[in-house]
Amino acid sequence: MAFVVGYYALLVIASCAAAYFNQRKLFLMLFSLTLVSFVLGIVGGVPALRAVTIFAGLLAFAGAVSYAFREFLIAMSGEELAKELRTAPLTAAFGMFVIFTYAIAGIFAPWIAPYGEAEIISTAFAPADENMLLGADQLGRDMFSRIIYGARNTVGLALTATVSAFVIGATAGLLAATKGGWFDQFMGRVADVIMSIPSLIFALLMLSIFGPEIHVIIIAVAIIYAPRVFRLTRAVAGNVVVMDYIEAARLRGEGTGYLIRREILPNSTAPLVAEFGLEFCFVFLLIAGLSFLGLGIQPPTADWGSMVRENATLISFGDITPLIPAAAIALLTVAVNFVVDWMLFRSSGLKEQ
Amino acid sequence: MNTPKKEVLLKIRGLEIQGYSDETWVDIIKGVDLTLHRGEVLGLIGESGAGKSTIGAAAMGYARDGTRISAGSIEFDGMELTTASESERRALRGSRIAYVAQSAAASFNPAHKIIDQHTEAPVHYRIQKRMEAQEDAMELYERLRLPNPGEIGFRYPHQVSGGQLQRAMTAMAMSCRPDLIIFDEPTTALDVTTQIEVLAAIRDIVDQFNTAAIYITHDLAVVAQMADTIKVLLRGNEVEEAPTEEMLENPQEDYTKSLWAVRSFQRPQKSRPTDGSKPVISVKNVDAAYTGGAKVLDDVSFDIYEGMTVAVVGESGSGKSTTARVITGLLPPMKGEVLHRGEPLPPKYTDRTKDQLRQAQMIYQMADTALNPKVRISEIIGRPAQFYSGLKGAALKNRVDELLDLIELDPSKFYNRFPPELSGGQKQRIGIARALAAEPEFIICDEVTSALDQLVAEGILKLLDRLQNELNLAYMFITHDLATVRSIADEVVVMQHGRVVEHGPKDEMFKPPHHPYTDLLLSSVPEMDPNWLTTLLEERGVDNVGEAAKVG
Repeated sequence: MAFVVGYYALLVIASCAAAYFNQRKLFLMLFSLTLVSFVLGIVGGVPALRAVTIFAGLLAFAGAVSYAFREFLIAMSGEELAKELRTAPLTAAFGMFVIFTYAIAGIFAPWIAPYGEAEIISTAFAPADENMLLGADQLGRDMFSRIIYGARNTVGLALTATVSAFVIGATAGLLAATKGGWFDQFMGRVADVIMSIPSLIFALLMLSIFGPEIHVIIIAVAIIYAPRVFRLTRAVAGNVVVMDYIEAARLRGEGTGYLIRREILPNSTAPLVAEFGLEFCFVFLLIAGLSFLGLGIQPPTADWGSMVRENATLISFGDITPLIPAAAIALLTVAVNFVVDWMLFRSSGLKEQ
Repeated sequence: MNTPKKEVLLKIRGLEIQGYSDETWVDIIKGVDLTLHRGEVLGLIGESGAGKSTIGAAAMGYARDGTRISAGSIEFDGMELTTASESERRALRGSRIAYVAQSAAASFNPAHKIIDQHTEAPVHYRIQKRMEAQEDAMELYERLRLPNPGEIGFRYPHQVSGGQLQRAMTAMAMSCRPDLIIFDEPTTALDVTTQIEVLAAIRDIVDQFNTAAIYITHDLAVVAQMADTIKVLLRGNEVEEAPTEEMLENPQEDYTKSLWAVRSFQRPQKSRPTDGSKPVISVKNVDAAYTGGAKVLDDVSFDIYEGMTVAVVGESGSGKSTTARVITGLLPPMKGEVLHRGEPLPPKYTDRTKDQLRQAQMIYQMADTALNPKVRISEIIGRPAQFYSGLKGAALKNRVDELLDLIELDPSKFYNRFPPELSGGQKQRIGIARALAAEPEFIICDEVTSALDQLVAEGILKLLDRLQNELNLAYMFITHDLATVRSIADEVVVMQHGRVVEHGPKDEMFKPPHHPYTDLLLSSVPEMDPNWLTTLLEERGVDNVGEAAKVG
């Protein structure tokens, strides 16, 4: 009872305060939440209101963490970088924070995880206790430790594959734009051929021919995603090579290497970095999907995709354990997209508005 | 012109406009007053960044994105625009206030026919029915002396020439018979010969309908033809305002006087060396075409001697820049050859040796696209020195400092900066330094001053002249601006439709008898005399200007 009274009192006081200080948007949001809460309270009772409170609390917490993290980054970085970071919205700061956390988890996995990734310490599907933060999986291995190791394996693999795709695609794209002529045509047609094969089928084909080895996964994914990078790079570089400064450099007698490295690349980094973030998400999901199908990273190596599949039976007992690795995947994808959005916003002219 | 002052149409008082940059609001217009009577034409002049266009937009009650009107009042025909609602202001635009933009090609929607765009406003405001509006449009086209007035409106914008499009846009602005038209540099992008017909058309139509106009331009000679009153602006402040004749004869402020004096820069003309030395560059019977296209150059030949400036003039499309591309080797000629001190140069730049490439350098028109925005000044200038002369470390740094000194920029201030941080004139100087870094004998200057304000352009011309004397450089000066030719050239090459029509020392070229085309070019350059246009039109007859002019 006290909770319900406190809940409404807080909302009403907050909306009044917002109205008093002329925060129109905030006031509208708070007051409509109050009105919605009346309906929710009648239909769902106290638990519904509690859920709303917890959700709002989590949101506020995430906001506070992002804000603090951004300030931390600004304080840590140099003057020019700090100026850029100040323009970052809270969502981007949240994304950076999540990526940062994952990176720490991945790099220091053996020290953070309490048990090894293949270590059987309990019975199958044991519930969480003081030893196991998130319970055990289908073989009695610690779920939490496997999530931590998964960050290293899955994210590491996705990162390597994306970087390879970028090295191949960007190099080909820059060369095609700079050289032009038949080379450009040839690379374009090769890219078309690769893009005409459905990506998942191509990956399954490669993996069933050469076996589910790590390097096969990396090469297959790199080949699938390189044409997309190629097309973007070629388009971006195509806009740069027509500039007078490229003509001046050509007339000076500069070689292709110098043209690409010193003249074209610095002017095409922004869209490429944004594309890198997007492609990383796709690659990550593709690898998770392959693992789910049993053709990705092989057991007993911990991997978020296969962890979802192995624990899938638990979902019919109303347990959320299989959703935890899935949530880890979702959170990273969302986080990367937040950061990418900010970068796209910066590189496009939108900020002028 | 000297009609008694009539009813006030537009009254701007204490106008202040701010722009948002670097997270603060900066003043762009700092308190400008303006009064415009019915039927009066006001010329607004000033350098770029003076706030001319911003005031023009404000006269419609409009603040561009990222700017705001922070103080002052704008009263149009008794209505206060700063406090009027957006819909009230919108109702004025198009019907009572019209706007003619600098680039008609960019302002017309390429997907619709000209007449469809013309009739949109009168139909929207229910001033005329569609068919009436269409007939009215044809009548306006006729008054503006567009060819085939009954048919031209049914073409798409890309099917008519630039000068015709600009006139069609003026006709469109007239479609609702507005009280006020704002012309924002309507002839800046046009050739001199085309400019005249647009100027004549605008002046006629403004007279005929007794429309008030604000004419924004940076070209004094143009404003002298068009305006009753001239207002000079400098960095958002008014410098002075006076009736045109008074302003031209007796400017009060130093700044205005300096603007007037720009066109007086002239240097002594040099003649060809007589010791029998070979020309630095000589173009011999060159024919050229772009892949699969018609011939762009037809039997072009001329010589450029050491230490001399050869100006190549002509309208856009006459083959000036193509000639430059042939000389640099970007476009191998179909026939003929380019000689360097008597030695033939390989037709393609990729086949030339480092030393041959070094001898011919280029300075570009648009300094914005000629300098890589992501590379520091030190590297832009240093790279040619490093590339050709193999300088490294301290020697390279000394050379860059030396070059920056040469172009009158302080090395300590500019060494580590990036091109976007510089002003237009400074960028052009860096472009010059990059060409000099190669230690060439010959520099091609492709419209180097046409994107710059007059005062800045004069500085660049003086700099080029000084460098020529110090380093004994030969210049090929591509331009369409005959005032520039007058001040800097030793020899002139006149081009038309890819052919050289006349060629000779400057003093002979500026004295009659001329080739008819040269004559047309020369007589089309606006002069400061306010009656110049009237006199010219009387001489030529109204139907014999610009594209319609008969050239023998």
